Amino acid sequence: MSLNRRTEALPIAIFLVLALAPVAASFGAETYLLGLFTRVMIYGIAALALDFLCGYGGLVSFGHAAFVGIGAYTAAIFGAHGVSEIAITLPVALIVSALFAYLTGTVCLRTKSVYFIMITLAFGQMIYFVAGSLSPYGGDDGLTLPLRSTLFGFPILENDRALYYAVLAFLLGSYLLLRAIVASRFGRVFRGSKENPTRMATIGFDVFRYQRVAYVIAGCIGGLAGFLLANATEFVSPSYMSWQRSGELIIMVLFGGIGTLHGAIVGAAAFLLLEDMLGGVTENWKLIFGPMLVLIVLFARGGLLGLASSIKERLSRG
Amino acid sequence: MAEPVLKIDNLRKNFGGLVVTDGVSLDIHAGELHAVIGPNGAGKTTLINQISGTLAPSDGRIYLNGADITTLPPDRRAHLGLARSFQITSVLPRFSALENVALAVQARSGSSYQFIGRADRESALNDAAMAALTEVSLDARADVLAAHLSHGEKRALELAIALAMQPKLLLLDEPMAGTGPEESERLIVVLQRLKGRFAMMLVEHDMNAVFALADRISVLTYGRILASGKPAEVRADPAVMTAYLGEELE
Repeated sequence: MSLNRRTEALPIAIFLVLALAPVAASFGAETYLLGLFTRVMIYGIAALALDFLCGYGGLVSFGHAAFVGIGAYTAAIFGAHGVSEIAITLPVALIVSALFAYLTGTVCLRTKSVYFIMITLAFGQMIYFVAGSLSPYGGDDGLTLPLRSTLFGFPILENDRALYYAVLAFLLGSYLLLRAIVASRFGRVFRGSKENPTRMATIGFDVFRYQRVAYVIAGCIGGLAGFLLANATEFVSPSYMSWQRSGELIIMVLFGGIGTLHGAIVGAAAFLLLEDMLGGVTENWKLIFGPMLVLIVLFARGGLLGLASSIKERLSRG
Repeated sequence: MAEPVLKIDNLRKNFGGLVVTDGVSLDIHAGELHAVIGPNGAGKTTLINQISGTLAPSDGRIYLNGADITTLPPDRRAHLGLARSFQITSVLPRFSALENVALAVQARSGSSYQFIGRADRESALNDAAMAALTEVSLDARADVLAAHLSHGEKRALELAIALAMQPKLLLLDEPMAGTGPEESERLIVVLQRLKGRFAMMLVEHDMNAVFALADRISVLTYGRILASGKPAEVRADPAVMTAYLGEELE
């Protein structure tokens, strides 16, 4: 897993495409396309955080949508009380996500493998039902945001294009941050804990504590995604944190290529765009999507990124 | 006499009705290499696991430099100067040999809660790791992924990881296991060079290695110490002859 020879071309291309997409969109159904790509990037942020946990730490969380929901509900609940100031709501969203990650992580990280998957799922479902029972905030029906977040009173996200670029900036920031963490001292310990926790303990690392910090980092980034999602859709509901959402995030990570970070963005894009396109063809789009996913997992172990590089290899071999 | 580096006092471990460590007491002094031998299933690895903290004893105490470490988790023991190698090779397969060792250096040099700055470019960590690799003659293979090293090289890598921890006590669980005669020779030379620098406990089936290296030998059978003493004494002990050595030395 050499970090030195990481190919930079693909991540740069991904961000270039995302930066230029609004220009292309202005020739078509602009509002619709901007909305779609904003959602792609928001789920990209959530999937990045999950790839950090699964791909680098071996921690397959089946409850990651909980953090998306927490971030979204923080924005919406503040909105319901007339507070839309980013300088207040975003830090609170991150702190609540971090707290939830710290508390549940303390329990979840005592378990391994399939038990970890099940217990993260359980916590995810717990928060899902809590959100559904918040009757002052819409209960199962969810609630609408009165307006998008403002910064120091200015409605900077009111324009769809402005929101798009704000989300892009957060995606780029999350990507660069996680990349730096993966290569850092902390990241090395975290990656080592995936490879061989016993060895890591016997050379002097308290694996649990490092994993918990990583879980909190991933939780915060998930919360950030939720905060942005609430702004993009101007609506939140418990369905944001249902277990299906958590499953979709895992699918995005696998689909794009686990353990690469930028693969998670590709996976989120592929998933949501396919959903959009296939959804236009038939209501039962998952009938088509399901087999595609199976094929990708069976024949392209590294997801779409792995598929692309193995095709490239074959072509260059002639 | 000075305080022993490792003092085990009446250690017991049972899994239900099965007693695997049955009142073991032994001392290892600074610079001493103490070999523990015994037939398969005698409880040697179980003993090492209890000393390194991956297994909790049922009764008895373990002291490292006079400090009671019986209930400390493995990572705390590592910081007190305890290092170990594993019977079944235990390295980080998808890390390079250098990074495997650099992590051990990192564990005792500054905080590992640093989230920016590339760890693989920290020259202080890499230099110390390289020095440890050089000591086990693995420096030429520093950039090779641990998964791609030969079995003997992996055993040497484990030793380098342990060295990088600058231990006060090194537990070696069958470092020669599965290595060919040439590689065993090489490891014996390496261990001979290290002898005296810190206390070592060597669990080993290779009697050549044991008699070439050990200052003292304890013979473990059925979780109990049958005999303990200088190599010559142990070799001459009639109980040991019948219980264990006879067949091996024939």
